[in-house]
Amino acid sequence: MRLLKIELFKLWHNRISKILIFGYFLLIFSIAILSTIKIEFGPINFYLAEQGIFNFPYIWHFNTFMIALLKVFFAIIIVAMIGNEYSNKTLKQNLIDGLSKAEFLRSKIYAILAFVFTSTLLVFIISLILGGIYSDYDELPIIFTDLEYLVAYAVKLFGFFTFCLFLSILIKKSAFALGFLALWQVIEGIIFGLMKWKLSDLIPQVSVENLFQFFPLNALGNLIKEPFSRLSAVQNIADKIGEGFTKDYSVSFLNIVIVLIWSGLFIYGSYLLLKKRDL
Amino acid sequence: MSNVILQLNNLTKKFGNLTAVSKLSLTINKGKVYGLLGPNGSGKSTTLGMVLSVVNPTSGTFKWYEGNLTSHQALKKIGAIIERPNFYPYMSALQNLKLICKIKQCSFDKIEEQLKLVNLWDRRNSKFSTFSLGMKQRLAIAAALVNKPDLLILDEPTNGLDPEGIHQIRKLILTIARQGTTILLASHLLDEVEKVCSDLIVLKNGVKYYEGTLDGLTKSQGYFEIAAINEELLISHLKEHSSLGKISKENQFYRATLTKELSTADFSAELQKAGILVTHFSKKQPSLESQFLFLTQTKENAATKN
Repeated sequence: MRLLKIELFKLWHNRISKILIFGYFLLIFSIAILSTIKIEFGPINFYLAEQGIFNFPYIWHFNTFMIALLKVFFAIIIVAMIGNEYSNKTLKQNLIDGLSKAEFLRSKIYAILAFVFTSTLLVFIISLILGGIYSDYDELPIIFTDLEYLVAYAVKLFGFFTFCLFLSILIKKSAFALGFLALWQVIEGIIFGLMKWKLSDLIPQVSVENLFQFFPLNALGNLIKEPFSRLSAVQNIADKIGEGFTKDYSVSFLNIVIVLIWSGLFIYGSYLLLKKRDL
Repeated sequence: MSNVILQLNNLTKKFGNLTAVSKLSLTINKGKVYGLLGPNGSGKSTTLGMVLSVVNPTSGTFKWYEGNLTSHQALKKIGAIIERPNFYPYMSALQNLKLICKIKQCSFDKIEEQLKLVNLWDRRNSKFSTFSLGMKQRLAIAAALVNKPDLLILDEPTNGLDPEGIHQIRKLILTIARQGTTILLASHLLDEVEKVCSDLIVLKNGVKYYEGTLDGLTKSQGYFEIAAINEELLISHLKEHSSLGKISKENQFYRATLTKELSTADFSAELQKAGILVTHFSKKQPSLESQFLFLTQTKENAATKN
Protein backbone atom coordinates (compact mmCIF):
# COMPACT_ATOMS: atom_id res chain seq x y z
CA MET A 1 0.00 0.00 0.00
CA ARG A 2 2.88 2.37 0.84
CA LEU A 3 4.48 1.55 -2.51
CA LEU A 4 1.24 2.17 -4.39
CA LYS A 5 0.84 5.51 -2.61
CA ILE A 6 4.36 6.52 -3.60
CA GLU A 7 3.68 5.72 -7.25
CA LEU A 8 0.30 7.46 -7.29
CA PHE A 9 1.88 10.52 -5.65
CA LYS A 10 4.38 10.67 -8.51
CA LEU A 11 1.63 10.35 -11.14
CA TRP A 12 -0.82 12.64 -9.41
CA HIS A 13 1.54 15.60 -9.32
CA ASN A 14 2.44 15.29 -12.97
CA ARG A 15 -0.05 17.33 -14.95
CA ILE A 16 0.43 15.43 -18.20
CA SER A 17 -0.05 11.99 -16.69
CA LYS A 18 -3.06 13.28 -14.76
CA ILE A 19 -4.69 14.51 -17.95
CA LEU A 20 -3.87 11.23 -19.73
CA ILE A 21 -5.32 9.12 -16.93
CA PHE A 22 -8.54 11.13 -16.79
CA GLY A 23 -8.67 11.17 -20.56
CA TYR A 24 -8.38 7.40 -20.65
CA PHE A 25 -11.18 6.83 -18.19
CA LEU A 26 -13.36 9.37 -19.98
CA LEU A 27 -12.73 7.62 -23.29
CA ILE A 28 -14.05 4.42 -21.75
CA PHE A 29 -17.33 6.22 -21.28
CA SER A 30 -17.26 7.24 -24.91
CA ILE A 31 -18.50 3.79 -25.89
CA ALA A 32 -21.86 5.04 -24.72
CA ILE A 33 -21.72 7.53 -27.58
CA LEU A 34 -22.05 4.57 -29.97
CA SER A 35 -25.53 4.10 -28.64
CA THR A 36 -26.57 7.46 -30.00
CA ILE A 37 -25.51 6.74 -33.57
CA LYS A 38 -28.64 6.98 -35.63
CA ILE A 39 -28.71 7.13 -39.38
CA GLU A 40 -31.88 8.14 -41.11
CA PHE A 41 -31.48 8.26 -44.82
CA GLY A 42 -34.70 7.99 -46.74
CA PRO A 43 -35.87 4.39 -46.51
CA ILE A 44 -32.80 3.28 -44.57
CA ASN A 45 -33.30 3.67 -40.91
CA PHE A 46 -30.26 2.57 -38.96
CA TYR A 47 -30.06 2.80 -35.22
CA LEU A 48 -26.85 1.19 -33.97
CA ALA A 49 -28.07 0.60 -30.43
CA GLU A 50 -30.88 -1.51 -31.80
CA GLN A 51 -28.68 -3.79 -33.87
CA GLY A 52 -28.13 -5.96 -30.86
CA ILE A 53 -24.66 -4.80 -29.87
CA PHE A 54 -25.88 -3.98 -26.40
CA ASN A 55 -27.74 -7.23 -25.86
CA PHE A 56 -26.73 -9.32 -22.86
CA PRO A 57 -24.58 -11.38 -22.89
CA TYR A 58 -23.09 -10.23 -26.22
CA ILE A 59 -22.41 -6.80 -24.76
CA TRP A 60 -19.65 -8.26 -22.55
CA HIS A 61 -17.83 -9.44 -25.63
CA PHE A 62 -18.44 -6.29 -27.64
CA ASN A 63 -17.55 -3.76 -24.94
CA THR A 64 -14.42 -5.52 -23.69
CA PHE A 65 -13.16 -5.82 -27.25
CA MET A 66 -13.85 -2.20 -28.15
CA ILE A 67 -12.60 -0.67 -24.92
CA ALA A 68 -9.46 -2.82 -24.95
CA LEU A 69 -8.44 -0.92 -28.08
CA LEU A 70 -7.92 2.11 -25.83
CA LYS A 71 -5.14 0.34 -23.96
CA VAL A 72 -2.54 1.81 -26.34
CA PHE A 73 -3.43 5.17 -24.90
CA PHE A 74 -2.63 4.00 -21.42
CA ALA A 75 0.59 2.35 -22.55
CA ILE A 76 1.93 5.87 -23.13
CA ILE A 77 1.48 6.64 -19.43
CA ILE A 78 3.28 3.49 -18.37
CA VAL A 79 6.18 3.97 -20.73
CA ALA A 80 6.45 7.62 -19.67
CA MET A 81 6.37 6.84 -15.97
CA ILE A 82 9.42 4.59 -16.37
CA GLY A 83 11.18 6.70 -18.99
CA ASN A 84 10.93 9.80 -16.79
CA GLU A 85 12.52 8.00 -13.85
CA TYR A 86 15.52 7.31 -16.05
CA SER A 87 15.76 10.70 -17.76
CA ASN A 88 15.33 12.66 -14.50
CA LYS A 89 17.66 10.23 -12.74
CA THR A 90 15.04 9.98 -10.03
CA LEU A 91 15.33 6.18 -10.10
CA LYS A 92 18.87 6.67 -8.83
CA GLN A 93 17.64 9.11 -6.19
CA ASN A 94 14.83 6.78 -5.12
CA LEU A 95 17.35 4.01 -4.52
CA ILE A 96 19.64 6.34 -2.57
CA ASP A 97 16.69 7.43 -0.47
CA GLY A 98 16.17 3.84 0.57
CA LEU A 99 13.75 2.27 -1.90
CA SER A 100 15.07 -1.15 -2.92
CA LYS A 101 15.09 -2.14 -6.58
CA ALA A 102 12.41 -4.75 -5.93
CA GLU A 103 10.26 -2.16 -4.15
CA PHE A 104 10.66 0.24 -7.06
CA LEU A 105 9.44 -2.40 -9.49
CA ARG A 106 6.62 -3.43 -7.17
CA SER A 107 5.38 0.16 -6.88
CA LYS A 108 5.08 0.26 -10.68
CA ILE A 109 3.32 -3.11 -10.84
CA TYR A 110 0.87 -2.13 -8.10
CA ALA A 111 0.03 1.00 -10.07
CA ILE A 112 -0.56 -1.13 -13.17
CA LEU A 113 -2.79 -3.49 -11.18
CA ALA A 114 -4.73 -0.56 -9.77
CA PHE A 115 -5.39 0.78 -13.26
CA VAL A 116 -6.32 -2.62 -14.64
CA PHE A 117 -8.76 -3.06 -11.77
CA THR A 118 -10.30 0.41 -12.16
CA SER A 119 -10.57 -0.02 -15.90
CA THR A 120 -12.21 -3.45 -15.60
CA LEU A 121 -14.63 -2.12 -13.00
CA LEU A 122 -15.59 0.77 -15.28
CA VAL A 123 -16.21 -1.58 -18.21
CA PHE A 124 -18.39 -3.71 -15.98
CA ILE A 125 -20.45 -0.73 -14.80
CA ILE A 126 -20.83 0.84 -18.24
CA SER A 127 -21.86 -2.45 -19.79
CA LEU A 128 -24.43 -3.00 -17.07
CA ILE A 129 -25.90 0.46 -17.64
CA LEU A 130 -25.89 0.28 -21.44
CA GLY A 131 -27.23 -3.25 -21.37
CA GLY A 132 -29.88 -2.22 -18.89
CA ILE A 133 -31.07 0.48 -21.26
CA TYR A 134 -30.83 -1.26 -24.63
CA SER A 135 -30.76 -5.02 -24.09
CA ASP A 136 -33.65 -7.09 -25.35
CA TYR A 137 -33.04 -9.57 -22.55
CA ASP A 138 -32.88 -8.59 -18.93
CA GLU A 139 -33.13 -11.84 -16.98
CA LEU A 140 -30.37 -12.09 -14.34
CA PRO A 141 -28.92 -15.44 -15.51
CA ILE A 142 -28.55 -14.06 -19.02
CA ILE A 143 -27.02 -10.81 -17.79
CA PHE A 144 -24.36 -12.64 -15.87
CA THR A 145 -23.33 -15.19 -18.47
CA ASP A 146 -20.11 -14.77 -20.41
CA LEU A 147 -18.50 -12.71 -17.66
CA GLU A 148 -15.23 -14.47 -18.54
CA TYR A 149 -14.79 -11.69 -21.10
CA LEU A 150 -14.10 -9.34 -18.19
CA VAL A 151 -11.42 -11.72 -16.89
CA ALA A 152 -9.93 -11.86 -20.36
CA TYR A 153 -10.07 -8.06 -20.51
CA ALA A 154 -8.16 -7.68 -17.22
CA VAL A 155 -5.56 -10.27 -18.26
CA LYS A 156 -5.20 -8.63 -21.66
CA LEU A 157 -4.52 -5.22 -20.11
CA PHE A 158 -2.15 -6.62 -17.51
CA GLY A 159 -0.21 -8.57 -20.11
CA PHE A 160 0.08 -5.59 -22.41
CA PHE A 161 1.12 -3.20 -19.64
CA THR A 162 3.79 -5.55 -18.25
CA PHE A 163 5.14 -5.82 -21.80
CA CYS A 164 5.31 -2.00 -21.91
CA LEU A 165 6.98 -1.98 -18.47
CA PHE A 166 9.64 -4.42 -19.63
CA LEU A 167 10.31 -2.54 -22.86
CA SER A 168 10.65 0.81 -21.13
CA ILE A 169 13.05 -0.57 -18.53
CA LEU A 170 15.02 -2.27 -21.30
CA ILE A 171 15.19 0.79 -23.54
CA LYS A 172 14.98 3.58 -20.89
CA LYS A 173 13.75 6.19 -23.38
CA SER A 174 9.95 6.55 -23.63
CA ALA A 175 9.78 7.41 -27.31
CA PHE A 176 12.04 4.55 -28.35
CA ALA A 177 10.15 2.10 -26.16
CA LEU A 178 6.86 3.02 -27.86
CA GLY A 179 8.55 2.78 -31.22
CA PHE A 180 9.87 -0.64 -30.39
CA LEU A 181 6.40 -1.74 -29.33
CA ALA A 182 5.07 -0.83 -32.76
CA LEU A 183 8.08 -2.47 -34.39
CA TRP A 184 7.51 -5.65 -32.41
CA GLN A 185 3.99 -5.90 -33.82
CA VAL A 186 5.51 -5.83 -37.31
CA ILE A 187 8.25 -8.30 -36.34
CA GLU A 188 5.67 -10.79 -35.08
CA GLY A 189 3.80 -10.43 -38.36
CA ILE A 190 6.97 -11.07 -40.36
CA ILE A 191 7.90 -14.10 -38.25
CA PHE A 192 4.39 -15.46 -38.75
CA GLY A 193 4.67 -14.97 -42.48
CA LEU A 194 8.10 -16.61 -42.64
CA MET A 195 6.92 -19.50 -40.50
CA LYS A 196 3.95 -20.07 -42.73
CA TRP A 197 6.11 -19.93 -45.81
CA LYS A 198 9.06 -22.08 -44.70
CA LEU A 199 8.15 -24.05 -41.63
CA SER A 200 5.02 -25.60 -43.04
CA ASP A 201 7.13 -27.08 -45.84
CA LEU A 202 9.82 -28.38 -43.49
CA ILE A 203 7.67 -29.86 -40.76
CA PRO A 204 4.14 -30.15 -42.11
CA GLN A 205 2.87 -31.94 -39.02
CA VAL A 206 3.25 -28.75 -36.93
CA SER A 207 0.51 -26.22 -37.34
CA VAL A 208 1.95 -22.72 -37.68
CA GLU A 209 -1.13 -21.22 -36.04
CA ASN A 210 -0.61 -23.45 -33.03
CA LEU A 211 2.95 -22.25 -32.63
CA PHE A 212 2.11 -18.66 -33.30
CA GLN A 213 -0.39 -18.42 -30.49
CA PHE A 214 2.56 -18.43 -28.10
CA PHE A 215 3.89 -15.09 -29.35
CA PRO A 216 3.19 -12.33 -26.82
CA LEU A 217 1.23 -9.81 -28.87
CA ASN A 218 -0.63 -12.49 -30.79
CA ALA A 219 -1.54 -14.19 -27.52
CA LEU A 220 -2.89 -10.85 -26.27
CA GLY A 221 -4.88 -10.37 -29.46
CA ASN A 222 -6.36 -13.86 -29.23
CA LEU A 223 -7.73 -13.29 -25.74
CA ILE A 224 -10.82 -11.51 -27.00
CA LYS A 225 -11.68 -12.37 -30.60
CA GLU A 226 -13.30 -9.82 -32.85
CA PRO A 227 -16.99 -9.64 -32.07
CA PHE A 228 -18.35 -8.20 -35.31
CA SER A 229 -18.93 -11.40 -37.26
CA ARG A 230 -20.86 -12.71 -34.27
CA LEU A 231 -23.53 -10.02 -34.55
CA SER A 232 -26.79 -11.57 -35.58
CA ALA A 233 -27.23 -8.93 -38.28
CA VAL A 234 -23.91 -9.83 -39.83
CA GLN A 235 -24.55 -13.54 -39.50
CA ASN A 236 -27.91 -13.16 -41.19
CA ILE A 237 -26.26 -11.55 -44.17
CA ALA A 238 -23.58 -14.23 -44.26
CA ASP A 239 -26.23 -16.94 -44.20
CA LYS A 240 -28.13 -15.26 -47.02
CA ILE A 241 -25.17 -15.15 -49.34
CA GLY A 242 -24.41 -18.73 -48.45
CA GLU A 243 -21.23 -18.11 -46.50
CA GLY A 244 -22.47 -19.19 -43.10
CA PHE A 245 -19.59 -19.87 -40.74
CA THR A 246 -19.07 -21.04 -37.26
CA LYS A 247 -16.25 -19.66 -35.18
CA ASP A 248 -15.25 -20.22 -31.59
CA TYR A 249 -15.55 -16.86 -29.86
CA SER A 250 -15.08 -18.08 -26.34
CA VAL A 251 -12.18 -17.14 -24.10
CA SER A 252 -9.62 -19.93 -24.12
CA PHE A 253 -8.07 -20.95 -20.83
CA LEU A 254 -4.78 -21.85 -22.54
CA ASN A 255 -4.63 -18.34 -23.90
CA ILE A 256 -4.99 -16.78 -20.47
CA VAL A 257 -2.22 -19.03 -19.15
CA ILE A 258 0.07 -18.08 -22.03
CA VAL A 259 -0.44 -14.37 -21.39
CA LEU A 260 0.06 -14.73 -17.65
CA ILE A 261 3.32 -16.63 -18.23
CA TRP A 262 4.49 -13.84 -20.53
CA SER A 263 3.60 -11.28 -17.84
CA GLY A 264 5.63 -13.23 -15.32
CA LEU A 265 8.59 -13.35 -17.68
CA PHE A 266 8.35 -9.62 -18.40
CA ILE A 267 8.28 -8.76 -14.69
CA TYR A 268 11.15 -11.10 -13.90
CA GLY A 269 13.12 -9.75 -16.86
CA SER A 270 12.50 -6.19 -15.67
CA TYR A 271 13.80 -7.12 -12.23
CA LEU A 272 16.95 -8.73 -13.64
CA LEU A 273 17.63 -5.65 -15.77
CA LEU A 274 17.21 -3.34 -12.80
CA LYS A 275 19.38 -5.50 -10.60
CA LYS A 276 22.22 -6.01 -13.04
CA ARG A 277 22.59 -2.47 -14.30
CA ASP A 278 24.71 0.24 -12.72
CA LEU A 279 23.05 3.62 -12.63
CA MET B 1 25.20 0.96 20.82
CA SER B 2 28.12 0.69 18.50
CA ASN B 3 29.62 3.73 16.82
CA VAL B 4 30.28 2.09 13.50
CA ILE B 5 27.93 3.26 10.76
CA LEU B 6 29.59 1.89 7.66
CA GLN B 7 32.34 -0.59 6.96
CA LEU B 8 33.93 -1.36 3.61
CA ASN B 9 35.87 -4.55 3.16
CA ASN B 10 38.08 -4.96 0.08
CA LEU B 11 35.45 -3.30 -2.06
CA THR B 12 36.35 -3.45 -5.75
CA LYS B 13 34.66 -2.17 -8.90
CA LYS B 14 35.85 -2.86 -12.41
CA PHE B 15 34.44 -1.32 -15.56
CA GLY B 16 35.78 -3.69 -18.18
CA ASN B 17 39.56 -3.44 -17.96
CA LEU B 18 39.51 -0.32 -15.83
CA THR B 19 39.63 -0.78 -12.08
CA ALA B 20 37.74 2.18 -10.67
CA VAL B 21 38.01 1.12 -7.04
CA SER B 22 40.58 -1.38 -5.85
CA LYS B 23 40.27 -3.38 -2.61
CA LEU B 24 39.10 -0.44 -0.57
CA SER B 25 38.60 -0.94 3.16
CA LEU B 26 37.25 1.83 5.37
CA THR B 27 35.34 2.42 8.55
CA ILE B 28 32.99 5.34 9.13
CA ASN B 29 32.31 6.08 12.79
CA LYS B 30 29.59 8.18 14.32
CA GLY B 31 30.28 11.82 15.21
CA LYS B 32 33.15 12.60 12.86
CA VAL B 33 33.46 14.65 9.71
CA TYR B 34 35.23 12.67 7.02
CA GLY B 35 36.79 14.01 3.90
CA LEU B 36 37.10 11.66 0.94
CA LEU B 37 39.77 13.32 -1.09
CA GLY B 38 40.97 12.50 -4.56
CA PRO B 39 41.34 13.96 -8.02
CA ASN B 40 38.63 13.55 -10.65
CA GLY B 41 38.25 9.93 -11.66
CA SER B 42 39.87 8.57 -8.52
CA GLY B 43 36.89 6.39 -7.68
CA LYS B 44 35.16 8.58 -5.10
CA SER B 45 31.76 8.60 -6.77
CA THR B 46 31.98 4.93 -7.67
CA THR B 47 32.72 4.09 -4.04
CA LEU B 48 29.75 6.13 -2.86
CA GLY B 49 27.60 4.65 -5.63
CA MET B 50 28.35 1.16 -4.35
CA VAL B 51 27.44 1.84 -0.72
CA LEU B 52 24.34 3.72 -1.91
CA SER B 53 23.27 0.60 -3.88
CA VAL B 54 23.21 2.22 -7.33
CA VAL B 55 26.46 0.57 -8.49
CA ASN B 56 27.01 -3.17 -8.14
CA PRO B 57 30.41 -4.06 -6.61
CA THR B 58 32.60 -6.45 -8.61
CA SER B 59 33.94 -8.00 -5.43
CA GLY B 60 34.28 -7.24 -1.73
CA THR B 61 31.58 -6.29 0.73
CA PHE B 62 30.21 -3.41 2.72
CA LYS B 63 28.12 -3.42 5.87
CA TRP B 64 25.77 -0.79 7.21
CA TYR B 65 25.41 -0.69 11.00
CA GLU B 66 27.58 -3.80 11.32
CA GLY B 67 25.22 -5.78 9.15
CA ASN B 68 22.20 -5.21 11.39
CA LEU B 69 20.26 -3.53 8.61
CA THR B 70 19.90 -4.31 4.92
CA SER B 71 21.22 -1.65 2.56
CA HIS B 72 17.89 -0.12 1.70
CA GLN B 73 16.78 -0.03 5.34
CA ALA B 74 20.04 1.65 6.29
CA LEU B 75 19.72 4.17 3.47
CA LYS B 76 16.47 5.42 5.00
CA LYS B 77 18.52 6.50 8.01
CA ILE B 78 21.15 8.40 6.08
CA GLY B 79 21.06 11.32 3.67
CA ALA B 80 23.03 11.50 0.46
CA ILE B 81 23.67 13.93 -2.35
CA ILE B 82 25.48 12.68 -5.40
CA GLU B 83 26.89 14.89 -8.14
CA ARG B 84 23.74 16.51 -9.49
CA PRO B 85 20.51 17.09 -7.62
CA ASN B 86 17.88 14.69 -8.97
CA PHE B 87 14.26 15.59 -8.37
CA TYR B 88 10.94 15.38 -10.19
CA PRO B 89 11.02 18.57 -12.30
CA TYR B 90 7.24 18.89 -12.45
CA MET B 91 6.79 18.82 -8.69
CA SER B 92 7.28 21.71 -6.30
CA ALA B 93 10.04 21.75 -3.68
CA LEU B 94 7.53 20.83 -1.01
CA GLN B 95 6.00 17.96 -3.00
CA ASN B 96 9.44 16.57 -3.76
CA LEU B 97 10.36 16.55 -0.08
CA LYS B 98 7.06 14.93 0.85
CA LEU B 99 7.73 12.15 -1.64
CA ILE B 100 11.16 11.59 -0.12
CA CYS B 101 9.59 11.41 3.34
CA LYS B 102 7.20 8.76 2.04
CA ILE B 103 10.11 6.74 0.69
CA LYS B 104 12.18 7.17 3.83
CA GLN B 105 9.12 6.54 5.99
CA CYS B 106 9.74 9.60 8.13
CA SER B 107 7.25 12.26 9.21
CA PHE B 108 6.76 15.58 7.42
CA ASP B 109 7.73 17.46 10.62
CA LYS B 110 11.20 18.51 9.62
CA ILE B 111 10.39 19.69 6.10
CA GLU B 112 9.67 23.28 7.14
CA GLU B 113 12.76 23.50 9.34
CA GLN B 114 15.06 22.17 6.61
CA LEU B 115 13.59 24.35 3.87
CA LYS B 116 14.14 27.37 6.13
CA LEU B 117 17.69 26.24 6.88
CA VAL B 118 18.56 26.23 3.17
CA ASN B 119 16.60 29.42 2.55
CA LEU B 120 13.99 27.92 0.24
CA TRP B 121 10.87 28.13 2.39
CA ASP B 122 9.59 31.11 0.40
CA ARG B 123 9.99 29.15 -2.81
CA ARG B 124 8.46 25.92 -1.47
CA ASN B 125 5.60 25.94 -3.96
CA SER B 126 7.71 26.66 -7.02
CA LYS B 127 8.36 23.84 -9.42
CA PHE B 128 11.80 22.27 -9.18
CA SER B 129 12.38 22.93 -12.88
CA THR B 130 12.32 26.70 -12.22
CA PHE B 131 15.20 26.54 -9.71
CA SER B 132 18.76 27.70 -10.36
CA LEU B 133 21.58 25.20 -9.87
CA GLY B 134 22.47 26.72 -6.50
CA MET B 135 18.86 26.41 -5.33
CA LYS B 136 18.65 22.85 -6.63
CA GLN B 137 21.78 21.95 -4.68
CA ARG B 138 20.38 23.57 -1.54
CA LEU B 139 17.12 21.70 -1.98
CA ALA B 140 19.17 18.51 -2.27
CA ILE B 141 20.76 19.29 1.09
CA ALA B 142 17.35 19.91 2.63
CA ALA B 143 16.15 16.62 1.14
CA ALA B 144 19.11 14.78 2.61
CA LEU B 145 18.33 16.18 6.05
CA VAL B 146 14.55 15.62 6.28
CA ASN B 147 15.01 12.30 8.05
CA LYS B 148 17.53 13.69 10.58
CA PRO B 149 20.19 11.38 9.16
CA ASP B 150 22.84 9.49 11.13
CA LEU B 151 25.23 10.14 8.27
CA LEU B 152 25.21 12.78 5.57
CA ILE B 153 27.03 11.86 2.36
CA LEU B 154 27.98 14.75 0.10
CA ASP B 155 29.60 14.13 -3.27
CA GLU B 156 31.19 17.26 -4.77
CA PRO B 157 28.48 19.51 -3.34
CA THR B 158 29.95 22.72 -4.72
CA ASN B 159 30.67 21.40 -8.20
CA GLY B 160 29.50 23.79 -10.91
CA LEU B 161 28.29 26.51 -8.54
CA ASP B 162 29.22 30.19 -8.71
CA PRO B 163 31.35 31.67 -5.88
CA GLU B 164 28.31 32.84 -3.95
CA GLY B 165 26.68 29.42 -4.24
CA ILE B 166 29.90 27.74 -3.13
CA HIS B 167 30.09 30.04 -0.11
CA GLN B 168 26.46 29.32 0.84
CA ILE B 169 26.91 25.57 0.59
CA ARG B 170 30.15 25.59 2.61
CA LYS B 171 28.52 27.67 5.32
CA LEU B 172 25.66 25.18 5.40
CA ILE B 173 27.99 22.21 5.70
CA LEU B 174 29.80 23.86 8.60
CA THR B 175 26.48 24.58 10.32
CA ILE B 176 25.38 20.98 9.90
CA ALA B 177 28.75 19.67 11.08
CA ARG B 178 28.54 21.79 14.23
CA GLN B 179 25.14 20.32 15.00
CA GLY B 180 26.92 17.01 15.41
CA THR B 181 25.85 15.22 12.23
CA THR B 182 28.36 12.70 10.91
CA ILE B 183 29.42 13.78 7.44
CA LEU B 184 31.27 12.09 4.61
CA LEU B 185 32.35 14.76 2.16
CA ALA B 186 33.84 13.68 -1.15
CA SER B 187 35.71 16.35 -3.00
CA HIS B 188 38.69 17.09 -5.19
CA LEU B 189 38.94 20.55 -3.66
CA LEU B 190 41.58 20.44 -0.94
CA ASP B 191 40.68 23.65 0.84
CA GLU B 192 37.05 22.57 1.00
CA VAL B 193 38.02 19.39 2.81
CA GLU B 194 40.61 21.17 4.97
CA LYS B 195 38.07 23.67 6.25
CA VAL B 196 35.44 21.18 7.34
CA CYS B 197 36.86 17.76 7.97
CA SER B 198 38.52 16.16 10.98
CA ASP B 199 39.32 12.87 9.32
CA LEU B 200 40.67 12.18 5.91
CA ILE B 201 40.66 9.40 3.37
CA VAL B 202 42.85 9.96 0.33
CA LEU B 203 42.01 8.08 -2.83
CA LYS B 204 43.80 7.99 -6.16
CA ASN B 205 43.16 5.63 -9.08
CA GLY B 206 40.84 3.69 -6.82
CA VAL B 207 43.55 2.95 -4.26
CA LYS B 208 43.52 4.22 -0.69
CA TYR B 209 46.62 6.32 0.05
CA TYR B 210 45.82 7.57 3.51
CA GLU B 211 43.24 7.07 6.22
CA GLY B 212 43.46 8.99 9.48
CA THR B 213 43.09 12.39 11.03
CA LEU B 214 43.72 15.57 9.09
CA ASP B 215 46.20 16.69 11.76
CA GLY B 216 48.05 13.42 11.49
CA LEU B 217 48.71 14.13 7.86
CA THR B 218 49.72 17.77 8.12
CA LYS B 219 51.27 18.31 11.55
CA SER B 220 53.70 15.45 11.99
CA GLN B 221 55.59 16.33 8.86
CA GLY B 222 56.48 19.98 9.30
CA TYR B 223 59.84 21.17 7.96
CA PHE B 224 62.46 23.89 8.43
CA GLU B 225 63.52 26.14 5.64
CA ILE B 226 67.10 27.28 6.22
CA ALA B 227 69.85 29.17 4.45
CA ALA B 228 73.28 29.90 5.94
CA ILE B 229 76.59 31.49 4.93
CA ASN B 230 78.70 28.42 5.76
CA GLU B 231 76.74 25.86 3.76
CA GLU B 232 78.92 22.79 4.28
CA LEU B 233 78.81 23.13 8.03
CA LEU B 234 75.04 23.51 7.86
CA ILE B 235 74.60 20.39 5.74
CA SER B 236 76.73 18.20 7.96
CA HIS B 237 74.92 19.50 11.03
CA LEU B 238 71.50 18.85 9.51
CA LYS B 239 72.49 15.36 8.38
CA GLU B 240 73.66 14.37 11.85
CA HIS B 241 70.64 15.82 13.64
CA SER B 242 68.50 13.16 15.32
CA SER B 243 65.17 14.96 14.81
CA LEU B 244 65.57 15.55 11.11
CA GLY B 245 64.95 13.26 8.20
CA LYS B 246 65.23 14.11 4.56
CA ILE B 247 67.40 17.08 3.56
CA SER B 248 66.84 18.67 0.19
CA LYS B 249 67.58 21.91 -1.57
CA GLU B 250 64.70 23.92 -2.90
CA ASN B 251 65.74 27.05 -4.79
CA GLN B 252 68.22 28.84 -2.55
CA PHE B 253 66.99 27.24 0.70
CA TYR B 254 67.63 23.91 2.36
CA ARG B 255 64.58 22.00 3.45
CA ALA B 256 64.92 19.73 6.45
CA THR B 257 61.93 17.51 7.13
CA LEU B 258 61.09 16.87 10.76
CA THR B 259 60.77 13.35 12.05
CA LYS B 260 60.31 14.40 15.68
CA GLU B 261 58.92 17.42 17.44
CA LEU B 262 61.54 20.21 17.55
CA SER B 263 60.81 23.79 18.51
CA THR B 264 62.11 26.76 16.53
CA ALA B 265 63.81 28.27 19.61
CA ASP B 266 65.72 25.09 20.49
CA PHE B 267 66.86 24.50 16.94
CA SER B 268 68.04 28.07 16.36
CA ALA B 269 70.00 27.95 19.64
CA GLU B 270 71.65 24.71 18.48
CA LEU B 271 72.66 26.22 15.18
CA GLN B 272 74.10 29.27 16.90
CA LYS B 273 76.14 27.04 19.22
CA ALA B 274 77.52 25.17 16.22
CA GLY B 275 78.67 28.48 14.79
CA ILE B 276 76.39 28.48 11.78
CA LEU B 277 75.42 31.92 10.56
CA VAL B 278 71.81 31.65 9.52
CA THR B 279 70.48 34.01 6.84
CA HIS B 280 67.03 32.49 6.47
CA PHE B 281 65.19 30.41 8.99
CA SER B 282 61.56 29.38 9.25
CA LYS B 283 59.46 26.46 10.37
CA LYS B 284 56.68 25.55 7.98
CA GLN B 285 53.58 23.40 8.06
CA PRO B 286 53.07 21.73 4.75
CA SER B 287 49.72 22.63 3.18
CA LEU B 288 47.28 19.82 2.62
CA GLU B 289 47.88 20.36 -1.05
CA SER B 290 51.62 19.74 -0.88
CA GLN B 291 51.04 16.83 1.48
CA PHE B 292 48.55 15.37 -0.90
CA LEU B 293 50.96 15.62 -3.82
CA PHE B 294 53.80 14.27 -1.68
CA LEU B 295 51.70 11.35 -0.54
CA THR B 296 50.45 10.34 -3.96
CA GLN B 297 53.80 10.82 -5.67
CA THR B 298 55.90 8.85 -3.16
CA LYS B 299 53.41 6.01 -3.29
CA GLU B 300 53.49 5.99 -7.04
CA ASN B 301 57.29 6.01 -7.11
CA ALA B 302 57.34 3.11 -4.71
CA ALA B 303 54.89 1.28 -6.91
CA THR B 304 56.95 1.80 -10.08
CA LYS B 305 60.12 0.65 -8.31
CA ASN B 306 58.42 -2.57 -7.35
